[in-house]
Amino acid sequence: MTGTITISLHLNGEAVTATLPARMSLVDFLRETMGLTGAHVGCAHGVCGACTVRVDGAAVRGCLMLAAQADGATVDTIEGLTDTGAIADLQDAFHRHNAVQCGYCSPGMLITAADLLDRATLPDRAEIRDHISGNYCRCTGYQAIVDAISEVATARTKGAA
Amino acid sequence: MKTNAFAYVRADTVPDALRLYAEAGEDARYLAGGQSLMAALNFRLDEPSTLIDITRVAALRGIVADADAIRIGALTRHADVADSAVITAELPLIHAAIGHVAHPAIRNRGTFGGSVALADPAAEMPACVLALGGVMEIAGQDGTRHVPADAFFLGTYETALAPGELLTGVTIQRPAPGSRWGFAELARRAGDYAMAGLCLMIAPDRRDARVVFFSISDRPVRARAAEAAIIAGASVIEVAAVATDGIEVYGDLNAGIATKRHYASVLLRRELARLDQQEAAA
Repeated sequence: MTGTITISLHLNGEAVTATLPARMSLVDFLRETMGLTGAHVGCAHGVCGACTVRVDGAAVRGCLMLAAQADGATVDTIEGLTDTGAIADLQDAFHRHNAVQCGYCSPGMLITAADLLDRATLPDRAEIRDHISGNYCRCTGYQAIVDAISEVATARTKGAA
Repeated sequence: MKTNAFAYVRADTVPDALRLYAEAGEDARYLAGGQSLMAALNFRLDEPSTLIDITRVAALRGIVADADAIRIGALTRHADVADSAVITAELPLIHAAIGHVAHPAIRNRGTFGGSVALADPAAEMPACVLALGGVMEIAGQDGTRHVPADAFFLGTYETALAPGELLTGVTIQRPAPGSRWGFAELARRAGDYAMAGLCLMIAPDRRDARVVFFSISDRPVRARAAEAAIIAGASVIEVAAVATDGIEVYGDLNAGIATKRHYASVLLRRELARLDQQEAAA
């Protein structure tokens, strides 16, 4: 039956095999099948960024990818990145700068910010704003988010120097 | 919302994909990066019987340059086009435009060929391909055929692709040395659909010019009057004055017809003025 599919993937460092409907989106699979509710479903058409997760190291929209397409992939969610401590400095900065209010956008925002910071060079505020332009936050007005990302970028650059 | 239920099959090669389509029939859709298709399915704007996932067809990915031309494989992701040294050096118009294609997470999955084949009138890549005079390589049951950009974009989401045909790549001749280019778009927010956009290619000594606007009509459109004016040696103001002459302009939620005409003219004036300054400084 082609309406269901069995996939195997590395999810947050663990091998996972699951059988699911072919039409299931990656973010629905993560939330409903795997119980990883960090990534949210906001707009379901790629505009809001709340569903952003990492697939094979790249930030992608969980709503615009089928779970079936993640067969063989490495998928990291905010839960996994939290457990490994990979973005602990970023999460700490978001907390201190009050860059989190309702929290709906935060997992996607953090993964998008981490993606920018992984590009090594020190981004200015305009570059940060451009990079997070695909992630909506309806609480903070973005100022605190840019502050937090900018601070971590500077700290990481100094740490690497 | 969620998609309808569909069958899901994977193709490993182009002939494989064409065969799967022939078996599934016209309600099947090819799934590439999915960054527009999945959104359409989530909203049930489209309810295919079968999705044919072509993302694992390795032969469709990558950028190859030879002495005369650059070929961009249809499945090359926007992010890979952005990072390509060949594109940066040889086709700077595309390099400049690619950062305006949606957002980083979309560019990490969306593909060059997918954008061209979808032919969204507001999209940057179809406009670039038209401005650069690209040639589409199309695979079908009867073999491969080639269609120039001027004959490819036929209307809103409408192209020369017949049902079941697959865009496999786009070949673009290297611009003549000394060619000048310009890109500009006006959007309400970084990564959003443009209210008006411009791709510009001018051959050395104004021997030829291609002026393409996007997001002002039902497809990327050549501004023939402006092209003729550039070739004739008209001033920046004179060219900008005829920017949208002969073009059927459509309004949308972002801007009405008069506004789009105005924006198109402003973009053309700015880019031509910038090129003139650049030339004067050189």
